[in-house]
Amino acid sequence: MNGQVGIVDRYLDLFDKNIGKIMDSSSPYINSLREPAYQTFRRMGIPDKKNENYKFADLALFFDFDYKTRLVPGKSDIEEAKNFQCGVADLETQGMILVNGYYPYADKLKQLPDGVWTGSFREASSQFGSLFEEHYGKYANTESDGLVHLNTAMATDGIFTYVPDGTVCEKPIQIVNIVQSDEDIFNQHRNLIVLGKNVQMTMIICDHTLSPRKFLTNAVTEVVVGENSIFNIIRVQNEHNYSGKITHTFINQEKNSFASSNNIILHGGLVWNNTYHYLVGEGAEAKSNGLYLIDKFQHVGNYVSIDHFVPNCTSNQLFKGVIDEMATGVFNGRIYVHPDAQKTAAFQRNNNILLTDDAKVFTKPHLEIYADDVKCSHGATVGQPDNDIMFYLRSRGIDQREAKLMLMFGFAHEVIQEIGVKALRERLDDLVMQRLRGELSRCANCVVKCY
Amino acid sequence: MILKINNLHAGIGEKTILKGINLEVRTGEVHAIMGPNGSGKSTLASVLAGRETVTVTEGEIFYNGKNLLEMSPEERSKEGLFLGFQYPIEIPGVSMVAFMKAAVNEHRKYRGLEPLSASDFLKLMREKKELVGIDSKLANRSVNEGFSGGEKKKNEIFQMAMLEPKLSILDETDSGLDIDALRIVANGVNKLKRPDSSSIVITHYQRLLDYIVPDIVHVLYDGRIVKTSGKELALELEEKGYNWIQKEVNQN
Ligand SMILES: Nc1ncnc2c1ncn2[C@@H]1O[C@H](COP(=O)(O)OP(=O)(O)O)[C@@H](O)[C@H]1O
Ligand SMILES: [Mg+2]
Repeated sequence: MNGQVGIVDRYLDLFDKNIGKIMDSSSPYINSLREPAYQTFRRMGIPDKKNENYKFADLALFFDFDYKTRLVPGKSDIEEAKNFQCGVADLETQGMILVNGYYPYADKLKQLPDGVWTGSFREASSQFGSLFEEHYGKYANTESDGLVHLNTAMATDGIFTYVPDGTVCEKPIQIVNIVQSDEDIFNQHRNLIVLGKNVQMTMIICDHTLSPRKFLTNAVTEVVVGENSIFNIIRVQNEHNYSGKITHTFINQEKNSFASSNNIILHGGLVWNNTYHYLVGEGAEAKSNGLYLIDKFQHVGNYVSIDHFVPNCTSNQLFKGVIDEMATGVFNGRIYVHPDAQKTAAFQRNNNILLTDDAKVFTKPHLEIYADDVKCSHGATVGQPDNDIMFYLRSRGIDQREAKLMLMFGFAHEVIQEIGVKALRERLDDLVMQRLRGELSRCANCVVKCY
Repeated sequence: MILKINNLHAGIGEKTILKGINLEVRTGEVHAIMGPNGSGKSTLASVLAGRETVTVTEGEIFYNGKNLLEMSPEERSKEGLFLGFQYPIEIPGVSMVAFMKAAVNEHRKYRGLEPLSASDFLKLMREKKELVGIDSKLANRSVNEGFSGGEKKKNEIFQMAMLEPKLSILDETDSGLDIDALRIVANGVNKLKRPDSSSIVITHYQRLLDYIVPDIVHVLYDGRIVKTSGKELALELEEKGYNWIQKEVNQN
């Protein structure tokens, strides 16, 4: 067992206590996966530092705690959530708000004008039965992380998105995840995104918490990117610092597909993003980018794993962090080139700025290469703000504080610049600037004004 | 008197580089500082602009009667001092527009003025770009990123045009420029000249001084100003090189 003894019992208990309600609120297919997933989780447990994905992670901070669950949110929680305005909201998107992982709308599954189907699992698993069963749980099946299986055992609802062959989505689809409850709760978020051939789609996921309770959320997103398709997923994390969030994103890429995963971490006590790109079709290209702008006691990690299964695929990882006060940032980037994957090109870079002596960063490349005709590189830096840049800015009349902000903004912008949607880039630049200025608190964007 | 340097000694780490500089610049004057590589010209410019890696060990500097060494780099800038860098640095991710907007508005705030509106700011950018002859596209890029050597130097003059300094120090703005670029840069400098502004033009060659005519020429050698004269000194240096200065210094 590769897990934390004792803590795991809390979650087995939660499952045992709630399994009746869980089964009642979801479809037979999803329910059929629960028992085996539960057994796998029991065997693997909550990951500890011996687990490669969670090296340097201190999960006990958030896992060793007695949470409740709220499988179906109350009416008042839904009202509060619908009043919330996400910082990315003024963008032209097709937006959906989820409350504690639950889709609260009457029209459970709808077809958008551009042909995309999107909506709740509760409807999708019957209306798109065979497609749903073909993919659900298939990619989120790692042998290295018990939490993925815990999600499969406990998740009740989530967003299903299906993009039929040849569809070009003009507007991004946006999921706004709200966690809201008057109790301390443990949540599952789950999404399944299926892209056919020759499609283009951008998905934005914004993570927020409203009420000032202790929360822990375990999120799994599975994505299938069909042949010749282009897919971007952008996750903007702005939860409060009593909140813990573990995400697992699995992106399966077929022939000549392009997929980018972008994780922008702004706030959140514990944030641990695990991103997997499976390059299973020749000519596929993956980009996994991340930005973490953290302070106080934030504890944040990025685990990226890119599997090159077949020849002629390309992957790029770019992660940058600004770490202030007592915060800890982690980057752990894995590139696995399987024996058949000749002509692989795989690159990785991680740059960090530490603003205080107490700020910490751990960076670790992990390359396993079993093919010989391969181009790979990795590099990492940890440093302070560049003195020459600071002097240049100050010599033009810009004061020290503002110069530092500009420098950090420029540093962060390299990651934002990679995002394909211009309007979104501009919005994210704004958020980054606000975050760096310390002006971005979730309250500033929130009309609920809970405290 | 805009600038008065008395017996300035300064160094980097353990190394003493400036060994007793005395210099006076009056309002409206153009001074040239020449001298072989490594003599301390850029170090002097750094001290004037307030670079913290250079330590002043002795001496004093008055700028418009104020103690310059007590002022932060940003305060010096807002008081009208401008350094055109020998090696302008690249700032990835920071656009020229954002950079100059911040700088211009900091200067305005210092003078008690409101920030410029977006349209007034862009108008000002356009005017100054034309004045300096900088490519419009450069202004939309990140600061100096991917600029050629010449473009970087023109960009320094552009920034000078935007900030309208009282004392500009141009550190080898001419080096690395072809003759056309040199003419553009020199023209820019001449057009920006006002009766109440002064310049210190640091150069290795006399070439630039064909276009920017100095009132006074100094030779800096091994951390000291060893010769001060009219503009004819530049020509003499061009003709004879720096060796005779070295000989003269060594004889004394
Ligand atoms: N960062 C530094 N550390 C140590 N020595 C330096 C540094 N920068 C310059 N120097 C030395 O100081 C002297 C003067 O340099 P500099 O002022 O750049 O001369 P110039 O501009 O006249 O060519 C040279 O000997 C140079 O090697
Ligand atoms: Mg020099």
